[in-house]
Amino acid sequence: MLENKGTSLLKSLLNAWSWLFLILILAFFEIYAQLGTGNTFLFRVYTLQAIALAASQILLLALGLTLVIVAGHIDLSIAFTTGFASVVMALVIRLLGPESGWLGVILSLGAGVLAAILVGLINGWLVAFINVPSFIGTLGTYGIARGIALIVAGGATVSIQSDEAREIGNGMMLGVPIPVLVAAILAIAFHYLLTHTKFGVHTYALGANRASVERAGVDVKKHLVILFILSAVTAGIGGLIYTGRFSAGAANAGEPILLYAVAAVFIGGASLTGGQGTVIGTVIGAFIIAVIQFGLVYSGLPPYWQFVAVGLVIIIAVIVDQSRDRLTGMSS
Amino acid sequence: MTALLHAKGLKKRFGGNEAVKDVSFEVNEGECVVLAGDNGAGKSTVIKMISGVYTPTEGEVYFKNERLTGKTPEAVRTAGIETIYQDLALADNLDPGLNLYLGREKTRRAFGLPILDRVEMRRTAVDVLKGLGIVVPDPTAPVREMSGGQRQAIAIARAIYWQAQLVIMDEPTAALGVPEQREVMALIERLKAKGVGIILISHNLPDIFAAADRIIVLARGVVAGERRPSETSDEEIVRMMMGATL
Repeated sequence: MLENKGTSLLKSLLNAWSWLFLILILAFFEIYAQLGTGNTFLFRVYTLQAIALAASQILLLALGLTLVIVAGHIDLSIAFTTGFASVVMALVIRLLGPESGWLGVILSLGAGVLAAILVGLINGWLVAFINVPSFIGTLGTYGIARGIALIVAGGATVSIQSDEAREIGNGMMLGVPIPVLVAAILAIAFHYLLTHTKFGVHTYALGANRASVERAGVDVKKHLVILFILSAVTAGIGGLIYTGRFSAGAANAGEPILLYAVAAVFIGGASLTGGQGTVIGTVIGAFIIAVIQFGLVYSGLPPYWQFVAVGLVIIIAVIVDQSRDRLTGMSS
Repeated sequence: MTALLHAKGLKKRFGGNEAVKDVSFEVNEGECVVLAGDNGAGKSTVIKMISGVYTPTEGEVYFKNERLTGKTPEAVRTAGIETIYQDLALADNLDPGLNLYLGREKTRRAFGLPILDRVEMRRTAVDVLKGLGIVVPDPTAPVREMSGGQRQAIAIARAIYWQAQLVIMDEPTAALGVPEQREVMALIERLKAKGVGIILISHNLPDIFAAADRIIVLARGVVAGERRPSETSDEEIVRMMMGATL
């Protein structure tokens, strides 16, 4: 019962470690740049934009995933839901032709979101109604979404010519790149959902103890289906932005980001067993990875070091998570 | 005075196996009835027929003179019967307030959007727990940081806060240490004082004698006997649990 002052200080440090870590690596790259070139790393619009863009790319996969992981599940299919939505959008734009303008783009966006919802529905159905473990079930839909995206794309990237679509991927609104704005709006919406609504509480409770929500009269199956749809739709939006940014639909648009998205969620304090994790944590996790990615490129180090660095951060996150659990165990 | 709960000739067959053959009993307001019996005697099956998880093959359940047989678990809860399972069904990562309100959370409005009223839910939880004689050291902490007795109290608080008039407890002290077992026994006394009827499942003799107003002994799916604690002894109860033929 006696709460040791040192223990509780350590506990709050561990809770805030991701913030500290983010500040630490920013400081590291800043000092590195100052010493090496005499220029600032951080305080340039270009750097900030590049980091925010990289982070938003990760976040579009990681936001929905956060909810799924808090509920005690995982969604591996997001990487190819991104690709699937990206290809579907590009194909619809091609089909409608460049003269279809904004209407064509809006229709193509709708089609991409529908494609993503389809994957989410299948995931949710498998996990909620057939009781397939989410790791296996979404690994299956990962393959299916990848295959179908490649088949409909004819095995190649689907390039498009649409100024409107390019605007979505590369334009600015209120001085902020549109992808960053979209990720920010989604992050705020998901934060609200997870911390301030009944849906959020049920998601946490589901991750801790399924029986608790079941006996409280919550329709757990419906809840799971909604979670997987949310996850698929955010990943799909990532794919739509990809298509806009590169004027092409690519089946593997999300593939390189999957690991980073999963890493961001765990760095942000989530636990594989569920019941833990926050949207703010995931946002910080995504920024940590984005800073590492951009910082290494900026410093002129071989970019492959980013894989090593992100891998190390994931391991640190797990160690921190476990020592925090041990401390909580000690104090009770 | 009519009984709060009346179970009449309950029978449950699973395939060829008759888990419960013929069980009848009553529970009155503010009374604690213990269902005692060895493993496989049919205690859990009887409980599940009352809480709506199983539909009896034969027989009926009346609660406040209203027929309950065949209703869903949700309808039974709404009628005023709460079941507290051994695992308590708490969400360990949430605070007592959210656990108290789980599935029926209180919200308020901010910027036109509904948001959870965590402060109000927490305040109510502290009050309800205080009524049960439990002081929570830190109401903002998740319930995993609380003692076994406090966690049991939260599960009980959830039942009575939602106006349960009958609480069914399945082996509430099984996983607890001795001081916490005493806490739970004290909780049962306070519930009785509030007029709540209790069905307690147990095969722990000290608990049975400490809590019961009446002991109903089940053996192989039938009522082997019914006794008041003052009229019987450990020995007799055990003999009945082992089967009347002994």
